[in-house]
Amino acid sequence: MIDGFIALYIFMLAAFTGYEVISRVPVILHTPLMSGSNFVHGIVLVGAMVAMGRAQTPLEIGIAFVGVALAAGNAVGGYVVTERMLEMFKSSKPAPKAKH
Amino acid sequence: MPIGAQSLIQASYFVAAGLFIFGLKRMSSPVTARGGIVWAGVGMLVATLITFLWPEMHNYVLMTVAIAIGGIAAWISGKRVAMTDMPQMIALYNGMGGGAAGAIAAVELFAGEAHGLAQLTLGVVGGVIGAVSFAGSLIAFGKLQGLIKRSFRFRGQNYVNLLILVITVLVGGIIVLHRGENMAAHVTMLFVLALVLGFTMTLPIGGADMPVVISLYNALTGLAVAFEGFVLDNAAMIIAGTVVGSAGTLLTQLMAKAMNRSLANVLFSGFGDTSGAPASGPAGTMKAIEAADVAVMLGFSQKVIIVPGYGMAVAQAQHKVWELAQALIARGVAVKFAIHPVAGRMPGHMNVLLAEAGVPYDLIYDADEINSEFETADVALIIGANDVVNPAARTDKSSPIYGMPILNADKAKNVIVIKRGQGTGFSGVENALFYLDHTRMLYGDGQAKVAELVQAVKQL
Repeated sequence: MIDGFIALYIFMLAAFTGYEVISRVPVILHTPLMSGSNFVHGIVLVGAMVAMGRAQTPLEIGIAFVGVALAAGNAVGGYVVTERMLEMFKSSKPAPKAKH
Repeated sequence: MPIGAQSLIQASYFVAAGLFIFGLKRMSSPVTARGGIVWAGVGMLVATLITFLWPEMHNYVLMTVAIAIGGIAAWISGKRVAMTDMPQMIALYNGMGGGAAGAIAAVELFAGEAHGLAQLTLGVVGGVIGAVSFAGSLIAFGKLQGLIKRSFRFRGQNYVNLLILVITVLVGGIIVLHRGENMAAHVTMLFVLALVLGFTMTLPIGGADMPVVISLYNALTGLAVAFEGFVLDNAAMIIAGTVVGSAGTLLTQLMAKAMNRSLANVLFSGFGDTSGAPASGPAGTMKAIEAADVAVMLGFSQKVIIVPGYGMAVAQAQHKVWELAQALIARGVAVKFAIHPVAGRMPGHMNVLLAEAGVPYDLIYDADEINSEFETADVALIIGANDVVNPAARTDKSSPIYGMPILNADKAKNVIVIKRGQGTGFSGVENALFYLDHTRMLYGDGQAKVAELVQAVKQL
C-alpha cells in the first residue's frame, strides 16, 4: 500500500523527471521519443494483468481480457516501431564531403 | 512465500521504472538512442514476466492468450508498417494503452475493488481519460489511414462537447459519492460518455493538426496509466505514466508553438483542413518549369537546401530525394535538408523518412539552425511542403497562418517547388511563395519528378 502523500511525492518527482529528460531533445528525435514514451506507458500491461487476476464475474474477466490484449499491443507495438525507427538513424561519418 | 514473491515483484517494478527513465534519457541523443529503447524493453519484459508470480491470481490461461493475441498482432503490424504510415500506427498503439487503462478502471469499479475516496476518484478520472484517449486515437488513426476523409463539423459543436463533458463529470461524481448504488449502470454510462467524447472531440480536427493531437493523446494515456497506478498501488505505473504524461505535455506544447497556436485553438477551432476559399490570392502567376532545366540549375549550384513536407511522404519520394542529394554531392554541391517541426503528420515525421532513405542526420537541420542560411543558397528545393514555407506567415496579418514560424525558403536565390498540381495546402491558404518572381513550379508526382531530376543531373 502506497501512502497517500508518498504517492503524491512520487507523482511530483516523476513529473519533473519527465520534463527534464525530454526538454533538451533535438527535433530529429521527436518521433522516436514520442513513440518511445508511447512504449513506456505500455507498462499498463502489468496493471491489466493484476486486474485480470482478480476478476471474478464473466463481465469483469471479459473486460480485463480486452484490457490485457490492448496493453500487450501497446507495449509490443510501441517497442517494435521505436526500435525500427532508431535503427535507421546514422551519422554521415562514412560518407565523404558531407558537411560544409 | 507470498512475502518473498511480493518483494520480488516490487523489486522488478523498481528496476523497470529506473530502466524506463534511463532509456528515455538515452533516447535524447541520436548516438545512444538505439540502446535506450532496448534498456526500456528489458525493463518491460522483466516487469511483465515477474507479474505472473503475483499471489492468488486467477485466469492465467486467458491472460496468456490475451497477451499472445495483442502482442502478436502488434508485432506483425509493427514490423510491416511502412515508415510513411508510422503516425497512424503510433496513434493506434497509443489508443490501445488508453483502452487498457480504461479497462482496468472498469474492472476495478465493477468489482468494487477501489476503496477510499481518493482511489475511487483517481480510478474514475483515469478511466475517463483512458477511454477518451482510446476513442480519440482511433479517430486519428482512421483519418491518417484515409478511412475517414471528411471532418465532421457543425455549429455549436464545442458546446455539445462541453455538455458531454459536464454530464460525464456528473456521472463520475455520482459513482464516487454514491458508490454501490446502481454501480453497473453508472459505470457503463460513464464509459459510453467518455468514448463518445473522444470521438466528437477528434472528428473535427484536420490532418495537418495531427502532430499536436497524437502527441496530446500520448500524454493523456500516460496520465491515465499513472492514475490507474494509484488505484492498483503500482509504483511502476505511477512513475512511467507520469513521466510520459509530463514529457508528452511538453512535446505537445512544442508542436503547438511551432504552429504559433494554442492547444485550445488546435482542439476547438478546426483550422486544420478547412476548405474555405481565401478572400484574395497573391498577385502574380505561378510559373512552370521542366525537369531538365531544374537539373541544370541544381547541378551548377554551390549550395542547395531541400525542404521536404508531407507531400514527400505521400509520394514515397524519400529514397529518390536522397539519390538526388547524393548525385549533387558527388558533383561538389553542398546539400542540406531543412525540416520544419510540424512538417508531416507527427512530430519529427520527416526526420524518420529521411533516415529511412539513408540520409545521415548531420545533413538535417532544424528551422532555427538553417533559416539564416537560405540567403546564401542558390536553390531551395521544396518537395511536398506548403504552409511551412509560406512567407505570408511573416507579412500578411490577415492570413490564418500569420505569426507561424516558417522556413525562409523565399530568401534563396532560386526556389523550385515540386507539387502535384495547383492548389492550396491543408490550411486552405494560398501560398505566396509560389507566386514570387524567382520561384518555378515543377508539376507532377513527387517520386517521378525527382527520379527525372536524378537522371538529368547524372547526365550533366
